[in-house]
Amino acid sequence: MPFIPHTEKDTQEMLAAIGADSIEDLFDEIPAELRVDHLHGVPEAHNEMEISRLMRDRAAIDGSPLCFIGAGAYEHHIPAAVWDIATRGEYYSAYTPYQAEASQGTLQTIYEYQSMITQLTGLDVSNASLYDGASALAEAALMSVRTNRRVKTGLVLLAPGVNPVYEQVATAIAGSQGLRFERLPVDAASGNVAFTQLRDGQNPVAVVLQQPSFPGTLEDVDRLTDWAHAQDAIVIGAVNPVSLALLKPPGHWGEQGADIAIGEGQPLGVPMSSGGPYFGFMTCKQAHVRQMPGRIVGRTTDLDGNTGFALTLQAREQHIRRTKATSNICTNQGLMVTAATIYMSLLGLDGIAAVACRSHANTTRLVEGLTAIKGVERLYEGPYFHEVALKLDRPVAPLLAALAERDILGGFDLTEFAGTDALLVCATETKSAADIDAYVSALADLMS
Amino acid sequence: MTELPGDLLYTKDHEWLRHEDDGTVTVGITEHAATALGDLVYVELPEVGQDVESDGEMAVVESVKAASDVYAPITGSVVAVNDDLADDPEKINSEPYGEGWIVKLAPDDEIDESQLMSPDAYQQFLDELDD
Repeated sequence: MPFIPHTEKDTQEMLAAIGADSIEDLFDEIPAELRVDHLHGVPEAHNEMEISRLMRDRAAIDGSPLCFIGAGAYEHHIPAAVWDIATRGEYYSAYTPYQAEASQGTLQTIYEYQSMITQLTGLDVSNASLYDGASALAEAALMSVRTNRRVKTGLVLLAPGVNPVYEQVATAIAGSQGLRFERLPVDAASGNVAFTQLRDGQNPVAVVLQQPSFPGTLEDVDRLTDWAHAQDAIVIGAVNPVSLALLKPPGHWGEQGADIAIGEGQPLGVPMSSGGPYFGFMTCKQAHVRQMPGRIVGRTTDLDGNTGFALTLQAREQHIRRTKATSNICTNQGLMVTAATIYMSLLGLDGIAAVACRSHANTTRLVEGLTAIKGVERLYEGPYFHEVALKLDRPVAPLLAALAERDILGGFDLTEFAGTDALLVCATETKSAADIDAYVSALADLMS
Repeated sequence: MTELPGDLLYTKDHEWLRHEDDGTVTVGITEHAATALGDLVYVELPEVGQDVESDGEMAVVESVKAASDVYAPITGSVVAVNDDLADDPEKINSEPYGEGWIVKLAPDDEIDESQLMSPDAYQQFLDELDD
């Protein structure tokens, strides 16, 4: 039974009142090629018993392999308390509530989240979150156009280490709005920006730096930030929040700091769960706040002088500004943000730093073990955080398939990105020395 | 509401304009518009040198409750903007016809005053809105 209260008669009366023949007529301005009449692989409907069975069966196929894949989503230990608290009735909603100010607890949670993320990124203000890291990059690019109005090129330059999926998503969202995304030149040895080949005078509206980069390297973000600012570009830092416990936060890059920081919030207490739901975070300098998309919670005092929390700067948003809104995003990933806030509260900055250090140490052990195998070497020189690109002397895909047979997910196949047989590996704090050694001996065995 | 200044012309979008001696035109929003918006918290100004078209968007005024476009009453180019509004946007509320001016425009052509209202005509326009 569909949950639509209108009778056929109601529907006909309403259609007659607005002069439409059918409900289909209401959608005729949407071009046929943009319409989907069914979703591949998604059946019409199942009852609760059937869907539970299906999900159990599908989940069982995953098994519980040892995972050494990162490439944008990272397996971290999530303290049991995180989801125990996040799924309490008081928190268990996906959205900021309507009549938001009636839910002071929810607003305070978001306010605390914003405070923590601004601290991690070293910037002034945070929104209440966006959908994911990739769409956050698209929103940051669009925001740059609004805030850097003197530059009319629509050109966004991406460091070579920006996640290629982020570029695809940003192009899909912002490409039809006049933005062009181009890559900065790459230095083959380091995998980072080739400073000697940078061209002045392209007049980019924004430059995007990813730290750590997609293939795991660390860019000279200070130098790149200063170069980008000298080009009158907005600097967008795409960062891993866990790494920020050790690395310099974007707000402190170069002479002036990055203008906007975005990233994937999943490492902060959100399970990998086949790719989502995750959340994107976004922070920026105060000067750009009016062009920032999404919701922002502010702290205030009520008439009696009590501290309270309220949605603020709403005039930028869709429900007030209509078509002129800064973004069509008027929501946030409330539940994921709640989990992240609890995760950050439980760990504290020291705890996140401990996770980061342990992940770095584990990755070092893994890379030392793997590069001792004949035919495996590092693809790029230089320091790394918790992910490293390896160059192999043979095709990667068959090796990954053989490792999977042994219940090991051996990494992300980097061959297409790197243009050579390459593998991206990551060992977070969740891997024991025995796990790492098991992977090393399995690959040694397969490559002997 | 205070009396409408007699030396200004008005638009149906609640902007006012004043002919200056140097041939430029100063533009702001009327007290009616400022009061309807409430306390202004932000003004987004155009760039000096930017061309504007009659009835085209020129600036944005934002209050706690709403953000509205300010339309150019004439076709021309921006010769000055009121930078003081960046720190003090509520000047538009307190002195809409004075310190709260928004831009100065250099008109491209002779201004077509048939599209504009005299103080009396604008007052009548406001009275009809109230009805």
